[in-house]
Amino acid sequence: MTAFGFSLLIAIGVLLLALVLLIALSLLRKRIPTGLRPIAAYERLARSVGFAVENGTRLHISLGRGSLFTTRGASALAGLAMLRKLTERTSLSDNPPVVTSGDASLAILSQDTLHSGYRVARAEEQYRFSTGRLTGLTPFSYAAGTIPVTKDENVSTNVFLGDFGAESALMADAAERENSTLIAASDSIAAQSVFYATAQDPLIGEELFAAGAYVGAGPVHEASLTVQDILRWLIILAILIGSGLKFIGVI
Amino acid sequence: MRILATVFAIASGIIVLLGYFYPIPLLLQLRVLLTNWALIIAAMAVLIGVYNLVAVHMEKIREGKGSVYSGVLVFALIVTFAYGLVFGPNDVAMRAVVDAIIVPVEASLMAILAVTLIYASIRLLGRRLDVMSVLFLVAAVLFLIAFMPTPIGQIPGSQTLAQFMNILSTGGARGLLIGIALGILLTGLRVIFGVDRPYEG
Repeated sequence: MTAFGFSLLIAIGVLLLALVLLIALSLLRKRIPTGLRPIAAYERLARSVGFAVENGTRLHISLGRGSLFTTRGASALAGLAMLRKLTERTSLSDNPPVVTSGDASLAILSQDTLHSGYRVARAEEQYRFSTGRLTGLTPFSYAAGTIPVTKDENVSTNVFLGDFGAESALMADAAERENSTLIAASDSIAAQSVFYATAQDPLIGEELFAAGAYVGAGPVHEASLTVQDILRWLIILAILIGSGLKFIGVI
Repeated sequence: MRILATVFAIASGIIVLLGYFYPIPLLLQLRVLLTNWALIIAAMAVLIGVYNLVAVHMEKIREGKGSVYSGVLVFALIVTFAYGLVFGPNDVAMRAVVDAIIVPVEASLMAILAVTLIYASIRLLGRRLDVMSVLFLVAAVLFLIAFMPTPIGQIPGSQTLAQFMNILSTGGARGLLIGIALGILLTGLRVIFGVDRPYEG
């Protein structure tokens, strides 16, 4: 078997294993709901959403600029899953949440997600086309277009969840200057280090993909976290076994 | 309509995925066809996005909130778009607009970014005083020492320090990337099998 064939076989194996585990654990979670470990950022988010609704302030969700044609788009999809639930929760607010993105397809999907969130909450008349915005198509134009939203639109909580680069420091700085809450996560290592230095409670690594589970998007989202944990342990095991075999000269 | 969209999205996702794993001619042709459709739709999405941008700023102009900036943006966008449409993106004046406005402005923002990052790092310990924050700052300072140019050339031992720090950071980054890859895999599965449907608005 060629190296490519072997890699393909492993990829199919991991995919099928993930799928089977996801289905099984989702069914199990429906029957036996279990808790999630506390993550400070998501606890702060829950408090901030309640505060925004009571206080009549706005929630600003920025989904980054991950193109849906690349793997970077997955972080934006995780952000959209969270957006859907946050829209439902804030549908009673006088100030609807505003969503910014740096990719045109993503901006359209954010409008669709806002619309479906309002529809589920039976508040379709609250939906405004202008609350899902494309703010720029290059990293800095996106940041420059997003900063005024943070500053001028009565925003009390900023949620940055998606694919960002180092330019996110400018957005985080603007949020801090307005004394607004900042919840930030990214799939990019550069943006993660920026958010570690700028956010009150940074989200690191795969915690970004836990957003849906922590805002109550359903048992499948919660099961996804367990599947991720199982697969991670399997990878750790494979790395340790591989290292051991290499050390003793078998491979 | 929503059910149709969901069925079509799920079918497209499964066909493209199967096309990667089983590259038989039929699946390959379907994969290429669907990807080409997606590219055309994405190109149209840019136009809709630009319309959205203009609509949002027109609303700001009507409300009088930051109307000057919004006015300049809409005016510049319309002029550049019309000029680009007639003369093409490789026209000399069009290139000049990019070289004389966009590149310097983005370079200035990059300079501000450097200051912003230093400022954020200084304030980090004030915001969150814990072991990880101290480690984060120590690592950042050690990296700067290892790589910074000095009048006397490289600082003695900086090469070894850089190598040691590189081992730690590469290991950490790979760990994070494995976690992110697993998150991407599960998010992809949820979208392909219609659990998450961001297109159902």
